[in-house]
Amino acid sequence: MNMRRFFLIAVPYVWLLALFLIPFFIVFKISLSDLALSIPPYTPTMKDGIGQMIKAFDFENFVFLTTDDLYWKAYLSSLKIALFSTVLALLVGYPMAYGMARAPEEWRPTLMMLVILPFWTSFLIRVYAWVGILSNEGFLNQFLLWTGVISTPLAIMNTTTAVYIGIVYTYLPFMILPIYAALDRLDESLIEAAQDLGCSRTKAFWLVTVPLSRSGIIAGCFLVFIPALGEFVIPSLLGGSGTLMIGKVLFEEFFNNRDWPVASAVAVILLLILIVPIILFQRNQQRQAEAET
Amino acid sequence: MSQKIFAPWDDPNEKPLIRFENVTKKFGDFTAIDDLTLNIYEKEFFALLGPSGCGKTTMMRMLAGFENPTSGKMELAGKNIAGTPPNKRAVNMMFQSYALFPHLSVWENIAFGLKRGSMDKRAIAARVEEMLKLTRLTKFAGRKPHQISGGQRQRVALARSLAKAPKLLLLDEPLGALDKKLRQDTQFELMDIQESTGTTFVIVTHDQEEAMTVASRVAVMDEGRIIQVATPDGIYEAPNSVYVADFIGDVNIIEGTAKPAGDGVYFLDWTENEPPFLATSDVPFSDGQKAHLAIRPEKISITTEKPDDAKNTVQGTVLDIAYLGNLSTYYVQLADGRIIKAQTANTRRLSRRSITWEDKVWVSWNATAGVLLEQ
Repeated sequence: MNMRRFFLIAVPYVWLLALFLIPFFIVFKISLSDLALSIPPYTPTMKDGIGQMIKAFDFENFVFLTTDDLYWKAYLSSLKIALFSTVLALLVGYPMAYGMARAPEEWRPTLMMLVILPFWTSFLIRVYAWVGILSNEGFLNQFLLWTGVISTPLAIMNTTTAVYIGIVYTYLPFMILPIYAALDRLDESLIEAAQDLGCSRTKAFWLVTVPLSRSGIIAGCFLVFIPALGEFVIPSLLGGSGTLMIGKVLFEEFFNNRDWPVASAVAVILLLILIVPIILFQRNQQRQAEAET
Repeated sequence: MSQKIFAPWDDPNEKPLIRFENVTKKFGDFTAIDDLTLNIYEKEFFALLGPSGCGKTTMMRMLAGFENPTSGKMELAGKNIAGTPPNKRAVNMMFQSYALFPHLSVWENIAFGLKRGSMDKRAIAARVEEMLKLTRLTKFAGRKPHQISGGQRQRVALARSLAKAPKLLLLDEPLGALDKKLRQDTQFELMDIQESTGTTFVIVTHDQEEAMTVASRVAVMDEGRIIQVATPDGIYEAPNSVYVADFIGDVNIIEGTAKPAGDGVYFLDWTENEPPFLATSDVPFSDGQKAHLAIRPEKISITTEKPDDAKNTVQGTVLDIAYLGNLSTYYVQLADGRIIKAQTANTRRLSRRSITWEDKVWVSWNATAGVLLEQ
């Protein structure tokens, strides 16, 4: 038995077990419980004995989620917002990644730095900064009023548009970096070969550059889509009452209603929805790794 | 049965397929191609040979359309092509890295160029099959480039660049990535394919052996200029400069001053204590002009006794012997310290060799064996 190898593999597994699997089972357990006026606010607990506890479990909370249309509407709206933000981030991120990969060699580290730089400040502060930009008295409206393009301030703040801006801004680096990595590896002579064989520059881009950066595009899309789906901070700070997102619903169930069992049920369903794209993402990464060997 | 010698470059009525006229290409301050004029004829297998950085790749990229000349005229079949983008030229290129599309199968790679035209699907399929057969790749049509060997990849690249039946095919170091044995086989395969398709090939290489084997004519380049264009034997037997003589194969260069001895024969004074060498030359030399005698090692005989019939003989000691299996090169040091290389075929087994280190030997050659060069 190779002890060193065993320890090397054990570390990530222990990490996953302690910080993901165990908390997940705790949440799952709570989702099967009933609401109670106690601390913690649910029954039964371990102190009734494990057998007693398991007997009292039921799927009542999951059934409840289907009776109120708020929940499935929130899931659906989250999916929609996450999907559109992903598409927007791709449309903005791909040209940026392409520009970076085409930039002179000596500029690339600087450009890379500029993409990563926002991570050095707190996420919350960055989202608050958007409040300062987008609000009625914000920089954007002030500027547009000053130039005379508009006569009354644009109502962007507290709308779904603001949420889109926030999500695309926040997750853009996750889109740019994998695409940049794929484009950076692309051999320039492939583009020349395509042109030599009769492609215009645009045609060569669609027939060679895009297919060969596919794995980067897929990775980037998942890296934006997965966190955007459960996003809570951005919709609650930038969105209004009209923006329905499951992350926000989850927060309200936990902390405003203090209904832990229902909130846990919401979280479990969210996780189940996320498993599909996570598995697809993993498969993409694996296939890419295989293609490189 | 006599075969007509292929030499369109000697026929003044023949129209060249490619014409470079005073072409100059500059990258900033750097002159990659310097006022170059060159004709390449149809069905030629033309080799651009030179050390890295001599401008041969720039020439090729200009022909393909990836670079445009800074000044001068560039014609393909009588039409000026300077400024025509690569996708609008009847020229295809085989890249040094092969540049096969990794996301496409062998079949799709070969069909890539055909699909860009207005050919219908059946004709494309037929042409791809033909190319696959020509390059013996039919079995591998469905594989991706990373699933085949280096030699097969090279053939896919060739098939892909030939599929569109270009007027001119450019090959950028096509055999550079193959090992020596495979390279030699592939050289002959390339020549066969060139002959059977009748396409004009321009090959860029730094390997002089490869250029000599495949090409109908070789252009030796240095620092953006063409030093000499000639058939392989012309380049080897009659180099026009010390640079060409030295670049192609092994050579002894003996510096001295020329003295005409009448009828294209010259004496070369090369040292004080020995008689002058006798050499013939088509190029006239004046009395006392500086000259270089270039002579190939295999044209020099090495003997233990002084030969009677040779025009040029000189004595020396064997300093070193390079044993190459089929050949041996003897490094003979003359009285003035100069070293002359003489090569003989090893027709006998090594143990029977009569000459060994430190032996006093005579090296000799005829007046016509070498060439007299100005520079």
